[in-house]
Amino acid sequence: MPRPNRGMQTEKSKDFVGSMKRLLKNLNPWKFLLTLSICLAIFSAIIALITPNQLSKLTDTITKGITPQTDKLQMIREQIPKQLKQSTIEEKMYTIATSLEIENEDKMAFSRILEKMEQTADDQTLFALMIQIPDSVLRVLLEDITVEKTIISVEDQITFLNLLKETNNENDLEKLDSLPPSIYQLVKPSIPINEVKILAIFIGTLYLISALFHYIESFSLTTISNKFAKKLRTSISDKINVLPLKYFDNHETGDVLSRVTNDVDMIAQNLNNSLATLVTSLTLFIGSIIMMFTTSGILAITAIFSSLIGFVFMSLILSHSQKYFSRRQKELGNMNGYIEEMYSGLTIVKTYNGTKKAIQEFNTLNDKLYDANCKSQFLSGLMMPIMNFVGNLGYVAVCLVGALLVQKNLITFGVIIAFIIYVRMFTNPLSQIAQAMSALQSTAAAGERVFEFLDEEELTSEKQITNYLDKNKVKGTIEFKNVRFGYTDKKTIINNFNAKVHPGEKIAIVGPTGAGKTTMVNLLMKFYEINEGDILIDGVSIHNLTRENIHTLFCMVLQDTWLFDGTIQENIRFNQENVSDEEIWNACKYVGIDHFIKTLPGGLNAKLSDNDTVSSGQKQLFTIARGMLEHAPFLILDEATSNVDTRTEELVSSAMDKLMKGKTSFIIAHRLSTIKNADLILVMNEGNIIETGTHEELMKQKGFYEKLYNSQFESIS
Amino acid sequence: MLKLFKNLTKKDFTYILTCTILIVFQVWLELRMPDYMSTITRLVETEGSRITDILINGGYMMLCAFGSLISAIIVGYFSTHLASNFSKNLRNKLFSKVLKLSTKEIKEFSTSSLITRTTNDITQVEMLLSMGLQMIIKAPIMAVWAIFKIINKGLEWSILTGVCVLILLSTIGILMKIVIPRFARVQKLIDQINGVTRENLTGIRVIRAFNAESFQKSRFEQTNSDLTSMQLFNQRCFAIMQPVMMLIMNGLTLGIYFIGAFLIEEALISTKITLFSNMVVFSSYGMQVISSFLMLAMIFMILPRASISANRINEVLLTDETIKEGDFDGNTKEEGTVEFKNVSFKYPDADEYLLKNITFKVNKGETIAFIGSTGSGKSTLINLVPRFYDATDGEVLIDGVNVKDYKSEALNNKLGYVSQKAVLFTGSVYDNVSFGENGKEKISLEQVKEAVRVAQGSEFVEKMADTYDAHIARGGTNISGGQKQRLSIARAIARKPEIYIFDDAFSALDYKTDATLRKELKNYTKDATILIVAQRIGTILNADKIVVLDHGEMVGVGTHKELLKTCAVYKEIALSQLSKEELENA
Repeated sequence: MPRPNRGMQTEKSKDFVGSMKRLLKNLNPWKFLLTLSICLAIFSAIIALITPNQLSKLTDTITKGITPQTDKLQMIREQIPKQLKQSTIEEKMYTIATSLEIENEDKMAFSRILEKMEQTADDQTLFALMIQIPDSVLRVLLEDITVEKTIISVEDQITFLNLLKETNNENDLEKLDSLPPSIYQLVKPSIPINEVKILAIFIGTLYLISALFHYIESFSLTTISNKFAKKLRTSISDKINVLPLKYFDNHETGDVLSRVTNDVDMIAQNLNNSLATLVTSLTLFIGSIIMMFTTSGILAITAIFSSLIGFVFMSLILSHSQKYFSRRQKELGNMNGYIEEMYSGLTIVKTYNGTKKAIQEFNTLNDKLYDANCKSQFLSGLMMPIMNFVGNLGYVAVCLVGALLVQKNLITFGVIIAFIIYVRMFTNPLSQIAQAMSALQSTAAAGERVFEFLDEEELTSEKQITNYLDKNKVKGTIEFKNVRFGYTDKKTIINNFNAKVHPGEKIAIVGPTGAGKTTMVNLLMKFYEINEGDILIDGVSIHNLTRENIHTLFCMVLQDTWLFDGTIQENIRFNQENVSDEEIWNACKYVGIDHFIKTLPGGLNAKLSDNDTVSSGQKQLFTIARGMLEHAPFLILDEATSNVDTRTEELVSSAMDKLMKGKTSFIIAHRLSTIKNADLILVMNEGNIIETGTHEELMKQKGFYEKLYNSQFESIS
Repeated sequence: MLKLFKNLTKKDFTYILTCTILIVFQVWLELRMPDYMSTITRLVETEGSRITDILINGGYMMLCAFGSLISAIIVGYFSTHLASNFSKNLRNKLFSKVLKLSTKEIKEFSTSSLITRTTNDITQVEMLLSMGLQMIIKAPIMAVWAIFKIINKGLEWSILTGVCVLILLSTIGILMKIVIPRFARVQKLIDQINGVTRENLTGIRVIRAFNAESFQKSRFEQTNSDLTSMQLFNQRCFAIMQPVMMLIMNGLTLGIYFIGAFLIEEALISTKITLFSNMVVFSSYGMQVISSFLMLAMIFMILPRASISANRINEVLLTDETIKEGDFDGNTKEEGTVEFKNVSFKYPDADEYLLKNITFKVNKGETIAFIGSTGSGKSTLINLVPRFYDATDGEVLIDGVNVKDYKSEALNNKLGYVSQKAVLFTGSVYDNVSFGENGKEKISLEQVKEAVRVAQGSEFVEKMADTYDAHIARGGTNISGGQKQRLSIARAIARKPEIYIFDDAFSALDYKTDATLRKELKNYTKDATILIVAQRIGTILNADKIVVLDHGEMVGVGTHKELLKTCAVYKEIALSQLSKEELENA
């Protein structure tokens, strides 16, 4: 049934053929299963094409046993009078005359009939006269006869003749039932039960095989599509790890997420459903056309033509409803967006007395949605009834034209019966093909999005790098040499930056939000490649170090408190498997979160999930504890304490100080109080490093830093 | 589910009634058609029948088909209107209800869940109505009618049909029993896949910095495998469905013919033909019976999902509103005073008090600031004023009247609330700043401009392409956080409230803007009372009164200078931000 997927808009792909090809290419590992299922699909379609013929054969066989064999009656009718030849009558005349069993009355009646018989030569009249001969006389006259190897006794013949006496119509079926057994057996139509059995077993086997094939086919396709989906998900997840961070600057999380789930799901589901449907339907469609044309050209054209009228009608509606579908989708999007917005800002809506207006606005949107909803649902609901109608139209058309042809002796009746089935076989697949094609369209579109992601440029290869810095041996010097960097080629953010950081020094990067403070971290961590110049770690250029090596050298705590779905312990330990439980607990104590952990059910084994019990400040403390375990020679704190209130921060920073001891550290902060004692302060604004120096030096300069610093004490008066 | 359908109106029921009548008509027509079909077949079969007879019967059949089409269209029209109308009303009801819910109830449901309830869940129920209504009416009528047509046409056939229906229903039943609980698990696993991927994306820097790619990969693969095997199991089970259906349908026809062959063979000659035509009729009606049971089964398959959705909707609709508005219209003698009298607060199911025994009073034109570490209860305290929560003990008075006695509109008219996280709506700058009603006339463009100026937003707004008509995208994503906050402050200013409430609203601003803004605000609203929650000492230095909170208790009240001397907690906070000299100089 061509019911367009509700709520899902058919998306057009940019390059349908290309994407499908690529999808199929990716199915290569399951080539065997795929071929198998396609073969099975074709096979079951062929079985579906064969069975109607077999079924009509079965019907024909049964029909054989319905109509009584009246020709046998005729034979008996002809045989009986033959006994009454002139010679035999004369021969038996004496017996009749002398018989004591025959009453006189009968004898007289017989002689009257005999007289009449002698006067006529017409068989028909003779027979009519013969019927009237009394039974007793007939018993003498008649002898057992054999028709078709069946012996019919005299008594049976007499009963038969008496039956004929009572009716004029020899085919009166009810009379047939009272025929004497011997004749009844002759006349009774008989179904060749053995033939029926064989046919039924044959058809039943076909059905069973077809069902079995169907199941194997669905089973294989399900296996393929799910394994394929799994592979795609893995590839996407792996891809995330090898994409440069730059990619995530211009792409939203939701976008990648929807590729992992929605797009992959769409591909898996549609491959599962549409592929088999498409193959089966195509086979049925082509098969039925071939069958139709080979049986009767005129009927084939009639059937196809009458169905096509319906399809033209349907595609008209379909194209018309597409408009409403996209409108419905749009209105639904608007409505959902509005609801989301209002619910998220509910406190504001309420405290500003915006409720009334919100409901008003909501009602307008709701009315619009209602309208689009009605129209699109109504039109899509029309498809089924129209399809049925088309089917019936085809049926009547085939019957009418067929009957005409039968009359002119151009075809036999069986052809019409076969055609009735072919019409069904022809109309059903057409709509299914249309549906499968539109599903494949969206599959291709989804495939495009997935492949587009998988094709994104990856991080540069580091295979040729052989240098390795052991984190236990690194002294801790970092030197920036003529560093130039821009996120895009057009805009250089860091221009010719030079600085040397000695082991154990504390470097602070300050500046207003959006000044590019994080950029420095990104370069140090080799998250981004610098355009020109070099950064040297212990004299080794980061170009000559693998990213993985660099990451082992740095301990990094970020502003966003990233925790995953797991226990506190798992979160703090993270991937550092050699860390003991005790070390974890010590780290917790260090950052002063131990009391809080004790209050949680399960302590360190408490699950962290999206709930209110853990505040963002506490989450941040967990991430700091995690960073502490890393024991790396360099430390990066990127607004690591921004979510913690100032008092807690004090506590943490004392822990931090311990952590930083002997380590070269980089601190990004917007609370200037935390960084006053830094050995070097880099002041950034609008992406540029505009001032460098210690706190005192910078204050003396009376530049940007000084203004920034003093603004926090500006009083109202 | 049924509770939800109480929302159907009288008009809806007339729709349903009309649909039922039409469907009965439709079923009648559809069941007539096999009769015509067999007549036509017989006519074609018998030699010498006239074309006109076929034409007449064909015409009748087409009339039936056409009638059924028309009635299906009308039923479709009614049922879509019914379903759309139902969902429209329900959506409206739910939306209005959610707007009435208090912060506590919203937290319990969670905003995102409320959103899905208003959108997805309603769509689910609507789908059931628009698709299922026709089926639910049609399937039983069809089944019963078709059964009546064949019931006395052959016991053996009836038994066979019964067995087929039984097999069909038990197959579906078993499948549902196996698969449905697993569906819920699949949903969970999909959420998990989403979750892990989201983790990988949001924590990409952390993961790379820790070289934890393979750690995360194994976490992802775990879920991925679980999901795949669960899906595989489900879908493999479901793959049985279609072949079995086909087998039953085909098997029924074959079975009827097979049994028929024996029945006819044994019958008297006189009854053979009747039996044969009965057989043909039976096979087509038997199919109708099966397909109507199939329809019923389908309803039972979509029913569970819809009924879960219906329950979720009902849950919201039946929630008691814990915060009920009073009937005081807000005409007070006093103006601009806020008083807390022995206020304590705890969440209804919590053991621990978040606020204990808070008492203070601010007068017209004064500024009061609340400071304390994370979790000290300062935001909670301030939330008691606009009644996001109600005090557990004690009283919160505005202009001498308990906030619980106010009509909520009257209370809100006195307040200008700015939240920590700036909330903006889709629309122009003007729409956003003039948002809501304040019991006075509509806020003019001039007032908006003035408010934006005070909030230090003129510069950036006037730089935007359409200045005050400039479009703010959903969630304000096209302007920066600081700009958003300035507009949300301007929105409060434009209301000209008696009392301002700033819940940590200045943290998103840099120090400079923060200072200028507060200076301007003070000049602009000399008579207004201001309540500020802040983290920065700098923000509250000049407040008339500072309340220091620690673990829900007031540990100090006074001016900055007084507190520095008297309050240890305050001093600690201050020192964590500024050096001694700076504090003294300030």
